[in-house]
Amino acid sequence: MKNKEPSQQLIIEGAGCASCVGKIESAIQSTAGVVSAEMNFADRTVMVSGTAHASELIRAVESAGYNAKLLDNAKADQILDEKEAADWEYYKKLLRDTFIALSLGIPLMIYGLFIGEMTVVTTTERISWLIVGIATLGVMYFSGKHFYVGAWNSFKNHSANMDTLIAVGTGTAWIYSMVVVLSPDVLPLMARHVYFEATAMIIGLINLGLALELKARGKTSQAIKRLIGLQAKTAIVIRDNKEVEIGIEQVLENDVVKVKPGQKVPVDGEVVDGHTAIDESMLTGEPIPVEKNVSDQVVAGTLNKSGLILFRATRVGKDTALAQIINMVKKAQNSKPPIGRLADSISAYFVPAVMIISVLSALAWLNLGPEPAIAFATVSATTVLIIACPCALGLATPMSVMVGVGKAAEAGVLIRNGEALQTASKVTAMILDKTGTITEGAPKVTDIVLANATDEKSVLQLAASLENGSEHPLAEAILESAALKKIELLKIQSFKAITGQGVKARCEGKSLLFGNAKLMAEEDVDLTGFTGRAQSLAKEAKTPMYFAIDGELAAIIAVADPIKHDSISAIKRLQANGIKVIMLTGDNRETAAAVALKVGISEFYAEVLPEDKASKVKELQNLGEIVGMTGDGINDAPALALADVGFAIGTGTDVAIESADVTLMRGSLHGLADAIAVSKATLKNIKQNLFGAFIYNIAGIPVAAGVLYPVFGILLSPVIAGAAMAFSSLTVVSNANRLRLFKTRES
Amino acid sequence: MLIANIVGLATIALIIWWFWLYKPKAKSALKTDVEVIVKDGVYSPALINVPAGKPIQVRFTRFDESPCAEMLLIPELEISEQLLVNKETEIVLPALTSGEYKFHCQMNMYKGLIRAI
Repeated sequence: MKNKEPSQQLIIEGAGCASCVGKIESAIQSTAGVVSAEMNFADRTVMVSGTAHASELIRAVESAGYNAKLLDNAKADQILDEKEAADWEYYKKLLRDTFIALSLGIPLMIYGLFIGEMTVVTTTERISWLIVGIATLGVMYFSGKHFYVGAWNSFKNHSANMDTLIAVGTGTAWIYSMVVVLSPDVLPLMARHVYFEATAMIIGLINLGLALELKARGKTSQAIKRLIGLQAKTAIVIRDNKEVEIGIEQVLENDVVKVKPGQKVPVDGEVVDGHTAIDESMLTGEPIPVEKNVSDQVVAGTLNKSGLILFRATRVGKDTALAQIINMVKKAQNSKPPIGRLADSISAYFVPAVMIISVLSALAWLNLGPEPAIAFATVSATTVLIIACPCALGLATPMSVMVGVGKAAEAGVLIRNGEALQTASKVTAMILDKTGTITEGAPKVTDIVLANATDEKSVLQLAASLENGSEHPLAEAILESAALKKIELLKIQSFKAITGQGVKARCEGKSLLFGNAKLMAEEDVDLTGFTGRAQSLAKEAKTPMYFAIDGELAAIIAVADPIKHDSISAIKRLQANGIKVIMLTGDNRETAAAVALKVGISEFYAEVLPEDKASKVKELQNLGEIVGMTGDGINDAPALALADVGFAIGTGTDVAIESADVTLMRGSLHGLADAIAVSKATLKNIKQNLFGAFIYNIAGIPVAAGVLYPVFGILLSPVIAGAAMAFSSLTVVSNANRLRLFKTRES
Repeated sequence: MLIANIVGLATIALIIWWFWLYKPKAKSALKTDVEVIVKDGVYSPALINVPAGKPIQVRFTRFDESPCAEMLLIPELEISEQLLVNKETEIVLPALTSGEYKFHCQMNMYKGLIRAI
């Protein structure tokens, strides 16, 4: 039995060992009004039930030697706000640093380009450049200190990073220039060139690049922010016959929660009273509100559009479907597809390799270059270091994955990891299960063909009354049809089920028969004139059943599992993408053929057992196909696991989320086409990013080292390299942001 | 010129040894509760020795505002965590089998190693 006391959750600080748990729990339990206290050591939180005030609980924890604070109901929002505030402060600092550095760098560059030579010949020039050198040192200290400190710390740790390249590059330029200023005589006249403008400009531009990147980055994680924003902050629960508004973290399982029109559903639950239409679009991508009646499930984060409902909470806190989805999207956003791991292994060796290339380039210029060789050597070594920073390479994949996975989640498609994201884009053959995947999965009455009877309603009333006692799966379809038409059931007598044939009974003095042709033949019911109609219904994948009253055929009632309204268009989308679509079903051949024909699938396999579904997957894989398998049931599990990518049709509230590679939150197969479209777009985006990063990094290095100089006389300026490096990350992040505009559904 | 060439080649040899060949020695004793500071471009300590077979708490405190330091990834353990500035983020690792587990930032610029012994 769940505790019904109000509860509060505290975060405990300073609890370093499991033995602290008992101490903290007993300290809280000794507070007046506390009914129970349970500490979760893994996340250092205590759930306290009872009426004690939060401040008393915090005091009790403090008296036990620890610190505590109340877990705010808007914790997720609070974390995001804190992050945004910290990012904003850092953004301002980066802009300030940029301004300081460029205030010196830009005038110096203009002077060098249009006004005078940046050489040191006369004493006046020496004094002037010494002042500029000191000013540059000031810029290095105020605007670039973080690069030098980072580089030094990294060096001490036997590792090299972006800071290393910037620090060594700008440091080299500054030291060389200071040697020119302080001891010009050690260098030939032609080599007495200063590069203070390069140092200041590089520091300025890289800070500017970081600032712009920070801003663009904020946008890439908007999907998660939107999902978190879906959560309601408070809930109205009915306790002791009174309505109380509490934070959502205080809602307990089995609480009765009230949701008014226009309010968000605070936790997952089952409707116990009222009916409404709920907008589940942010969770499933489905734009049409879904009707909810008693015993229907409602999901946290969805929006109540019309009626007032009461529901019993079934999942609260981190167990709600929305919380699980947020967690899964977060996890997937940080897992890299195989293509991304390649970039990682490259960037791990990149920085020291670049440093070696820089030294080799300097040596080549010194030994083989024209005069002033030392100046050329310095410029090329510095430029190689600056342009080669693998920052963009490291960002190329995670930024696109972050947007892509988020984009898919917005369309109601949960992609479990980076690997699935990449493989989904390569699928060449898609196997679709029939029942529940292409079709609704629930049989419905499709036709009532009247024979001797004149009134459809009375036929349905008698048939449903008769089937009320039956356990046959098709009986449910008839009962549902009657319930939809609000038909009242009648009392039945002498009910008898005839295995494999149907049922018979008496009702209001009439003898009723309901079943197949065999039953009718045995009971001498004349079917003349109606067998043709029954056959044509069977050809449309419908199951015809005969209904007789007092020995005469009254009607044919056909039941079928209807094809989902958008299965045909979704399958067309898949086929248009060059994907071979195959249908597998355990159903009989006739029904399978009818469904396949209707949805436009030419290759199908009927009467397939669950284990045979898996071997069909294997068979296609052996033919070289990259196989996607889509199914909804436990019977599809082996095939889903064996396929290159398993797509589960899930309601989004059960195990499917955790077990499938990709979960389609809504039943529609358009989710499948959307998943593949997002996957393709993301992979394309990653490739563009990697190409961009490689161009900056790989192609830039030989140019910086001076390979174009002997033929074209081109030697890259360190300032251009600095700008290219700074903007390469920005390009990558901006390109990833472009994915946000991607539309999943074809208009 | 000869001196410049010798200095250059020696620098290359130093880079290779310092960044690639150097094998770090563990400074810390085996602990199940470890504190890591994220500051100025590095994790300190970057090499963590932990006992194998026991759950471990690693507490990361990020003082580094750079966006590079924001995400912490331990790929082998499928852990990714956002580190907030000036805040402690605790990560509970499951009981590890003996071996090495790399951790790094999103861009693979900040690097560290957990060694389960």
